Amino acid sequence: MAENKRIDEKTGTQTVGHEWDGIEELDTPMPRWWLVTFYATIVFAIGYCIAYPAWPLVSRATAGVLGWTSHGDLDREMKGEQVRRRPIMRALAVTPIESLPANPQLLAAAEEGGRSAFKVHCAACHGAGAAGSKGYPNLNDDDWLWGGTLTDIQQTLIHGIRQPGDDDTRQSQMPAFGRDGVLTPEQVQDAVSYVRYISHQEGGSQSAMRGRELFAANCAVCHGEKGEGNRTVGAPRLNDSIWLYGGDRDSLTDTITNAHGGIMPAWGKQLDPLTIKMLAAYVHSLGGGESSAPVNVGDTSGKPAAAPGATGK
Amino acid sequence: MDDTVLATVGAWLLAGFLALVAAVLTADHAFAIQMGIVAAAAMCAAIASASRGSRVLAGHAGVAVRSDRYYDDVIRWGVIATVFWGVVGFLVGIVVASQLAFPLLNLNFEYTTFGRLRPLHTSAVIFAFGGNALIATSFYVVQRTCRARLAFPALARFVFWGYQLFIVLAATGYILGITEGREYAEPEWYVDIWLTVVWVSYLAVFVGTIIKRSEPHIYVANWFYLGFIITVAMLHVVNNLSLPVTLLGSKSYSLFSGVQDALTQWWYGHNAVGFFLTAGFLGMMYYFVPKQAERPIYSYRLSIIHFWSLIFLYIWAGPHHLHYTALPDWAQTLGMVFSVMLWMPSWGGMINGLMTLNGAWDKVRTDPIIRMMVFALAFYGMSTFEGPMMSVKSVNSLSHYTNWTIGHVHSGALGWNGMITFGAIYYMVPRLWGRERLYSLRMVNWHFWCATLGIVLYAASMWVAGITQGLMWREYGDDGYLVYSFAEVVAAMHPYYVIRIGGGLLYFTGALFMVWNVWMTIAGKLRNEASMSSAPYDPERDRPATPFTSAKGGAIAAAE
Repeated sequence: MAENKRIDEKTGTQTVGHEWDGIEELDTPMPRWWLVTFYATIVFAIGYCIAYPAWPLVSRATAGVLGWTSHGDLDREMKGEQVRRRPIMRALAVTPIESLPANPQLLAAAEEGGRSAFKVHCAACHGAGAAGSKGYPNLNDDDWLWGGTLTDIQQTLIHGIRQPGDDDTRQSQMPAFGRDGVLTPEQVQDAVSYVRYISHQEGGSQSAMRGRELFAANCAVCHGEKGEGNRTVGAPRLNDSIWLYGGDRDSLTDTITNAHGGIMPAWGKQLDPLTIKMLAAYVHSLGGGESSAPVNVGDTSGKPAAAPGATGK
Repeated sequence: MDDTVLATVGAWLLAGFLALVAAVLTADHAFAIQMGIVAAAAMCAAIASASRGSRVLAGHAGVAVRSDRYYDDVIRWGVIATVFWGVVGFLVGIVVASQLAFPLLNLNFEYTTFGRLRPLHTSAVIFAFGGNALIATSFYVVQRTCRARLAFPALARFVFWGYQLFIVLAATGYILGITEGREYAEPEWYVDIWLTVVWVSYLAVFVGTIIKRSEPHIYVANWFYLGFIITVAMLHVVNNLSLPVTLLGSKSYSLFSGVQDALTQWWYGHNAVGFFLTAGFLGMMYYFVPKQAERPIYSYRLSIIHFWSLIFLYIWAGPHHLHYTALPDWAQTLGMVFSVMLWMPSWGGMINGLMTLNGAWDKVRTDPIIRMMVFALAFYGMSTFEGPMMSVKSVNSLSHYTNWTIGHVHSGALGWNGMITFGAIYYMVPRLWGRERLYSLRMVNWHFWCATLGIVLYAASMWVAGITQGLMWREYGDDGYLVYSFAEVVAAMHPYYVIRIGGGLLYFTGALFMVWNVWMTIAGKLRNEASMSSAPYDPERDRPATPFTSAKGGAIAAAE
């Protein structure tokens, strides 16, 4: 192989003497920096293997002189965080939810925790900004279906709405007036006209006047004489401009004909009491939260939800 | 017809018949379609064998072997397939990138959802574009550096067409919802078996050619190609060990389970990058860069050391894909340190490629093909630095599962694999079709700038997106809660996804220039333009060493 060696003119380096399809190779030594860096990475690798778990043996691997494990690392970090948060979590756990407003520091801590939990568990239906969408209530306003005090919200969270299998769930069902033949299609239209009249979307047409009687006979028992709603049965207020399923003629026709009855899960089965308390505080803080005293119509609410002494998750 | 031809035709007809029977008997609708494709392919193979056989027997000139020339038919097909699948793969890439930015483009139609089109994109660019480029260039390079005609030409034709069938089965399978759910190894058991047959044939052709070489030594490019072919065979077989539910259905279950399965998959997945996209393409680099630069390889010693260290270290690096998972800590450590040690061996290829231009650096200014190759090597160097860095656990905890990984992969794929392949195609096309030069070197320049700008947009947007994503995921507020919800992080990605589409479109535009250029070169046209320089071509020297060739060069192909 040596017979074809020559000095390459442009670089002054000798070739190795091989040639393939015109390609030759220079006999340049390996770059010093390349070799040194390569050795350095090998030294680093050896050092790292001594420090950390590395080589598999018969029943276990070498543990490394630092004694580090990923499980231990996670444990330490989680425990440290737990210790840091313990005082406030403990205080939150033993404070009944209705007493939170009296303690601004605790309330703020609860709202922060709720904000985080909301993004994980609630945002899928109610939206990241809690603005809701069709069929999923907006939680930023003061128009509450089942009550907007801290205890009301907590109750709704724990037992859900129309959650099958939960005896304390918020329960009600609007009749499907059209589908079940309680009202004829014409009567449904009259009822729609009246609902649009009391919500200031239409004038007082003849149809609306006919609808007034139908409303009094069929709807007022739940939605109230003036359509002001009833939180005991979660009947929405109809004389405002906030709609869960839409306030246009088509949507209202569909609602009266087929009825709606949305379901919200009973989170009490999935989340710990402290998280639920924090979620309630967060939702309450969004803008429409009501203070406990005056309008607490729901008689099923008010049970203290969080077991005293419960710790954080 | 003679017996061999009859036997071949008969075997294809039998295979086609069995596929048809499977298509009829199966309860699996998608499997039936796949078997229909197999039957049609077998029928085409039978017809092709029969007509070739009869032409050979009739002494038709077109099939006579010119043993004083290299066997380039299959390489010409391979170049066309590379260009074709490249365009398909880039286009599907733009579609999936658009779907991420605008989910409406999933079209609410199962066959066009992101989940089905994404493997179509990855397989089309890696295996269809990259694979065809590797097969074509390896056949080109091994013949020329061994100064020997390709061994087993009939088998080489089978490799080419068998590989195209693999691509079609894989691609249609993804769209029909057939997948093993293993990254870069999605095709199901029957496609895997077929690819194994094709790959072993590929190995036979390649090794056969090396064995009958006229050169005393095996050139470095062939070490890399051989390392790539052998290792990919091993990776493919082990990772796809699975049991079909039934021989008449597409579904199979992996022999491994749990974390062993995950580790097997990423041992495969990482080495698919290591041996397919790195070693194989380094083989390409080691031939086309010195040829185009007309300079000797910078350092023979470096090529030996970096080849063996690369081959030895790469195979252990897979566990870095499973940092902070159920994989035992010790395996994660080894995955990381082997990746860190891989840095310099990888850079050995870059140094040897770039420094080969010593004494010819002026060509970067005057020769657009060299410029493409230099750019490819620069991106190779960058992504082989980025890889070891991302394998370090503390970096990985930020980068893993983010778009940074996507940016990393694409700076390697678009910058290194794409550009070196384009360079090789521009080098080969005039030579393979016996043209004086490319239709247009200026157009190569346009391709270069479109692609470069596209890569910059792509990589930069994904780096920013990935780091943003990683930081948002891990951001805790003072009270110890996560600050952002997952959906908020998704929303934050939107602008970068849109920029990425722009990058993809530019890269695609560059590829369209290549299609036009290759097309016109094959058509024998020359664009009237201010000339640029390129490596000269002497057809008389581009032939095997055939000291024993007698005047009867008319031996027939079937006889080989």
